[in-house]
Amino acid sequence: MTDRSKLLTTRQMALFTARGFLRFDELVPRELCERFVDAYPNSSSGAQGIPLVAAGTPLDDATTPGTPLHDYFALPQIRGIIESLVGPGSRLDHHFLHWREPDGAPAQHMHQDSTIDPRTPFDVQLMFFPQKVTREMGGTYFLPGSHFRKVNEASITRYQNIVGTKHVVCEPGTLLAMHMGIWHGGGCNRSEKRRVMYKIRLNPTVRQRRLWNDDDVDEKMNAPQPIFAPTHPYDPNDVQTILCRPERWFEADAARLEYLNRIKLWRHLLGDDSFDAHYWMTRLENEPAD
Amino acid sequence: MEELRQQVLILYLASSALDTPVVGWSVYDGTGRTEPMSADADEPPYKTGVAAMRDGWRLIQLSQLIPPYPGEEFTTSYQRYECVFEKLVPR
Repeated sequence: MTDRSKLLTTRQMALFTARGFLRFDELVPRELCERFVDAYPNSSSGAQGIPLVAAGTPLDDATTPGTPLHDYFALPQIRGIIESLVGPGSRLDHHFLHWREPDGAPAQHMHQDSTIDPRTPFDVQLMFFPQKVTREMGGTYFLPGSHFRKVNEASITRYQNIVGTKHVVCEPGTLLAMHMGIWHGGGCNRSEKRRVMYKIRLNPTVRQRRLWNDDDVDEKMNAPQPIFAPTHPYDPNDVQTILCRPERWFEADAARLEYLNRIKLWRHLLGDDSFDAHYWMTRLENEPAD
Repeated sequence: MEELRQQVLILYLASSALDTPVVGWSVYDGTGRTEPMSADADEPPYKTGVAAMRDGWRLIQLSQLIPPYPGEEFTTSYQRYECVFEKLVPR
């Protein structure tokens, strides 16, 4: 059982629901980052690389004690993030050590991983940056809030730039936890250093309901609020506010559809089909009978 | 006769109106003088579709307004408002 203090908070889960990612700067100790890089001097899996692991292997059985990979997953903070998002007993889908050589090769096209995937339950992808990443190094770029868009993998390669795209620029030990649907790609490395990133995709084996530290969930959080009311106190940390905050790139008429997507996922996570944010679902569900 | 090559600018707008903000963009250069790629710029080249027209870009295609399929009214997917522009420039 993971220490509840290491689990994500309700606010963090709401942010993940709305934006499809969470970032944790310098979460992994430097010493472990250095051991990690030294232990896997090959970009591919297998010899001198990340161990080959059969898809579907329980994460708890996927690593060998005494290795940097095992130590990484044993970190209480990492366990807390994983268990909050996909629960205990998650399965390794695949993992890979991504290298980007400093050769100026074109950036990877924007894409969504795997295939089109309309499920509400979601996989999580953890991207771990064991070394410092500068903007020149072309760290992973990704589009916040893109995780509900139903597109098929590489079909979005035509999109070169979208307003609000984030580029990972970070210190060693930084971690990105991403919803499986987030649009992303590897940037062009214009530096003189190799860029390294370890990515793992994890599948849940339990219902994703209140797996985080939900001690702060209360009735006020779920209570209806006045809408279109400028005088209503604005709280940026309020769950309903988080779920109804648009991304800069949302089309004018798509933002509200994205709020609906977020509310539906939050209901799933909360285990409460009556939850609403700013009345968007309640209005649509109002079908009075005779 | 001067040989011409096509440059293509694709703008994704915030709504179906050409004078609304650009939220995404792509550039393909048939001259080979530039090699645009994914995630290579932070700010759009134009604020709106009309601003691109005023700079000489010719609109050659505009995404249609298509009603959602029944059952898909709330689904979000690709960028909704795609405008394709071109310039013909000397090789």
